[in-house]
Amino acid sequence: MIFARFIANDRLLIGFIAVLFGITTLLIVGNLAFAPGSALHVPTYVIALYGKYLCYALLALSVDLVWGQVGILSLGHGAFFALGGYAMGMYLMRQIGPRGVYAHPVLPDFMVFLNYKELPWFWHGMDMFWFAMIMVMLVPGLLAFVFGWLTFRSRVTGVYLSIITQALTFAMLLAFFRNDMGFGGNNGMTDFKDILGFNVQADGTRAGLLAASAIFLALGFFAARVLQRSRFGKVLVAIRDAESRTRFLGYRVEHYKLAVFTFSAVMAGIAGALYVPQVGIINPGEFAPANSIEAVIWVAVGGRGTLVGAVIGAILVNFGKTLFTGVLPELWLFALGGLFVFVTLFMPKGVVGSLPVWSSWLKRRLLPSKVDVPPPVTVQAGE
Amino acid sequence: MNAISDSPRKIDPLLYLDGVQVSFDGFKALNNLSLVVEPGEMRAVIGPNGAGKTTMMDVITGKTRPDAGKVFFRGDIDLTKKDEADIAQLGIGRKFQKPTVFESHTVYDNLLLALAGLRGPTAVLFARERADERRRLEELLGIVKLCDSRHRLAAELSHGQKQWLEIGMLLAQEPKLLLVDEPVAGMTDAETEETAYLLREINKTRTVVVVEHDMTFVRALGVKVTCLHEGSVLAEGSLDAVSANQRVVEVYLGR
Amino acid sequence: MGLWRALLLALCLLGIGSVARAQSIEPALPLLASSSYSDIEKGIETLAASGHAHALTILQALADSKLFVGADKAVIQSADGKFTDAKSGQAAVNAQGLTAPRVNNRIRRAIDAAMGTLTIKSPDPAKRLEAAASVFKTRDLAARPLIETALAKETDSRVRRAFEQARAALILADKASDADKLAAIAILADRGDQDARAILAAVNDASPAVTAAAKSAVERIDSTLAIWNAVQSVYYGISLGSVLLLAAIGLAITFGVMGVINMAHGEMVMLGAYTTFAVQEIIRTSMPSLFDWSLAIALPLAFLVSGGVGMAIERGIIRFLYGRPLETLLATFGLSLILQQAVRTIFGANNREVGNPSWMSGAFELGGLTLTYNRMWIIVFSIVVLAALMVLLRRTAFGLQMRAVTQNRRMAASMGIRTSWVDCLTFGLGSGIAGIAGVALSQIDNVSPNLGQGYIIDSFMVVVFGGVGNLWGTLVGALSLGIANKLLEPMAGAVLGKIIVLVLIVLFIQRKPRGLFPLKGRAAEA
Repeated sequence: MIFARFIANDRLLIGFIAVLFGITTLLIVGNLAFAPGSALHVPTYVIALYGKYLCYALLALSVDLVWGQVGILSLGHGAFFALGGYAMGMYLMRQIGPRGVYAHPVLPDFMVFLNYKELPWFWHGMDMFWFAMIMVMLVPGLLAFVFGWLTFRSRVTGVYLSIITQALTFAMLLAFFRNDMGFGGNNGMTDFKDILGFNVQADGTRAGLLAASAIFLALGFFAARVLQRSRFGKVLVAIRDAESRTRFLGYRVEHYKLAVFTFSAVMAGIAGALYVPQVGIINPGEFAPANSIEAVIWVAVGGRGTLVGAVIGAILVNFGKTLFTGVLPELWLFALGGLFVFVTLFMPKGVVGSLPVWSSWLKRRLLPSKVDVPPPVTVQAGE
Repeated sequence: MNAISDSPRKIDPLLYLDGVQVSFDGFKALNNLSLVVEPGEMRAVIGPNGAGKTTMMDVITGKTRPDAGKVFFRGDIDLTKKDEADIAQLGIGRKFQKPTVFESHTVYDNLLLALAGLRGPTAVLFARERADERRRLEELLGIVKLCDSRHRLAAELSHGQKQWLEIGMLLAQEPKLLLVDEPVAGMTDAETEETAYLLREINKTRTVVVVEHDMTFVRALGVKVTCLHEGSVLAEGSLDAVSANQRVVEVYLGR
Repeated sequence: MGLWRALLLALCLLGIGSVARAQSIEPALPLLASSSYSDIEKGIETLAASGHAHALTILQALADSKLFVGADKAVIQSADGKFTDAKSGQAAVNAQGLTAPRVNNRIRRAIDAAMGTLTIKSPDPAKRLEAAASVFKTRDLAARPLIETALAKETDSRVRRAFEQARAALILADKASDADKLAAIAILADRGDQDARAILAAVNDASPAVTAAAKSAVERIDSTLAIWNAVQSVYYGISLGSVLLLAAIGLAITFGVMGVINMAHGEMVMLGAYTTFAVQEIIRTSMPSLFDWSLAIALPLAFLVSGGVGMAIERGIIRFLYGRPLETLLATFGLSLILQQAVRTIFGANNREVGNPSWMSGAFELGGLTLTYNRMWIIVFSIVVLAALMVLLRRTAFGLQMRAVTQNRRMAASMGIRTSWVDCLTFGLGSGIAGIAGVALSQIDNVSPNLGQGYIIDSFMVVVFGGVGNLWGTLVGALSLGIANKLLEPMAGAVLGKIIVLVLIVLFIQRKPRGLFPLKGRAAEA
């Protein structure tokens, strides 16, 4: 089987999936099998939190795919994430049915409130789960495809591309704030009741959503890993290293970029779709340019281009954020800002990329030799 | 000895530039440049800085679109209508002035990516290394003398090795025409000599156009020389004939 | 409207001291005091017909709700709260036992009409002009004979035209021959403003010729008005463009010279705005008389504050990241978060009030345009900054070095230019300009920690659109973006307009991936 072939010789992939599923299973069992009060009980908010982290991890993975592998620094991946989230949000809104505050049989509350007479055309079919899930992937994918086709074809690269992607998500932010877009304006969508017939607030559903997040993260990691190890992945790195050389070898660089950009957008869309039922709301704030840049810093913290680093970085930074905002909320932005500066200056390879450096440093410390060891060179800044 | 005005030709020239014109902001980088390269030929292009040598290569490889003029490859293929990838796939390989290899790939992977054949994303995604590919890569490693470095990252190679790796990548492309931009810049004398030998070897099966400043190297190649000046051909012929040309001495070689 | 009414009031107040004429206002008073609107209306007509010297003053007071009437007495309250007797113009004690007449829209119309009639015969041309305007506005058919006689005697050409227009308005509201109506339409079409358009648009005559003529006149007026509106939009656009220019120009310099995108650039703008705030706070508490000079004091300080912070950033962070523009982008974004939070901690998260000096407030009218002083000064200011920068770049040694580094860093370095200092100073300069942009922005926008965020993306778009080849690119980029935004706004709404502009830029870079004025030559290829 094809899965077996890829997994068999990839210890990183096996290890990643084992750890991911291991932790997830422990948490779910701790939450469902042990009653509250038991020492082994895992509170539901931890489940929701961990589920949220996994969605961020999937988003980070998608960013790493374009930034780490091809060198496209996208500052607009939050837009794809949010679009996936909105598609899911629309499904969840339709599931509320007549149980809304205004008890309209079809229209969601905000539409009644905004005097909509009938469902806008793009809301049709969103009550069907399978259709909504197709939209979760199709809409971000399509946007990425059109946008990528326009920009890669005209060979927009480097900071120009970054700025344009930022403008993209900014434009989306403005658009989704409008009430007459039909997506709930600045309030977005919330008050979800159930998903596939299960109550979104129930412990069992939350555990299920966490499991789904873990599965999709594993799938995403698997796909990214297969891509990375294929000749396709080698072409991507070649583009990152020397774009014009790749072109003069006869590779149509823009096609490769477009393919991986679109795929990565779909991944981000799925992450957003998993995120929304777990946090219970989607609003235009998710399009804020700062969100996209934050996703990039997760990747940088973990280690650009390593895939596993993206996941670790996303979880690490968000765990830090949870701790910080609980204790010293006003200091969080200082910490996050400092993290940006610190990582780019002193840890350009991120946590994962710096592991070899650290381990050799540790070795030298633990196994002192007679020879005068020069001070460990962590990073050559300014290169 | 003027190839352009020759009457009925038996074989089409491999490369034919006809009145090519390129200007940047009014500055004419190429001014009505015409050039013919016959199949199997090796041609050295010399000329002072700003003569348009690199721009000429840019035009041939599709990086720069000329304002006027035509570039024909293998008789009737108009290169001005095609992009870099198309042109590369048609069989034109290009070596940059500054060695450009994929630094985070191994030497082996560098050559593998250059290997003629698969170029489309889908095909490449499912590509697995074949035995004939492996054989060809071993052969190439031998030609550019990098057998022992095959698993090293290209970033770790010396300058000269990178130049050779790039030439190896060009050969892996199986091009009909090689454009080589200053291949010996920054090389030691021994390396220069070896490079000249390598290019002559390559020329046995392929057409080569070399842009070079190093006159010793050009002499070592012993081929027909074209001297460019201000975007057009100043003189053409054997190195001796060209170096004897009064204008060439004035603008380029110096007295 | 408000303006001429105030003028009228002033004129009337001058007239208060003059001797009262024989005519009496007594018959009107009980009517005005009545609770029936039709009685009040009649009272106004009676008052107007009386021709009393103070009739106009009384009507004006009535319109302003400053009139109090009883059966035989009327008292006017002036702006400072004192009372005067309406008849005699002498001081009165109070308005006890008197009532304020009820006023609704119908009464207001009646007042306007009455005032119009009263002033038509005034010896003062300015007053007659106002009267004509009043008649034009109210279209009180009763005034037509008055207008006709006034017109016959009128010698002042401006007043004559005003009367003609008023008469034309009346003719169209009245029964008249087709020829008269057509002539009236022609006169109104010449007038060509929104009021004339309203009258013409309402014409629905039995004669198709008249209706058609009115329709075509409306179309003509519409096209003229459209031009005025477009001009107004262009003015707003230039104003927005000059703000963008100020915000983007520093960005373009740093990007052009160092290839560095400074995501904290918006925060440099914000720092400039907060410097202005701090300067004004100090002036308010210690030397209020200097308030009009606050901006002049804030300008150099803002330049120094933002420029200093910029240089510190360059020395402390950016210089370690040269050649890695994407990392620079991330690091400076981190800095922007830190700066925002720092300002939030020091000054609070709320908007801070920055006042406009007197010379920055107010507006004046030009043709069909309303121009506010603060926007106009910002336009002037941005032109001055641009010019100063041009001089700096072209005429000074530092400018020469900067241009050298922009074009070929390595060559410049080998010529003995200390590129690291050029970088540092350039970054300081770019940030300093952002600081003075902040001073300007504090005059038209809310000063809050998020101030910079609102402009940073637009500034990026200016740089992307204009290219970094030279400052003209930034100028053209900023103005085009500003004007495009403002022209699209009335059609598509502010938000959609902005989205359209962003989409257009994405499409634009299809054709020019490096902007309108890209860096050229070999160095740009690297």
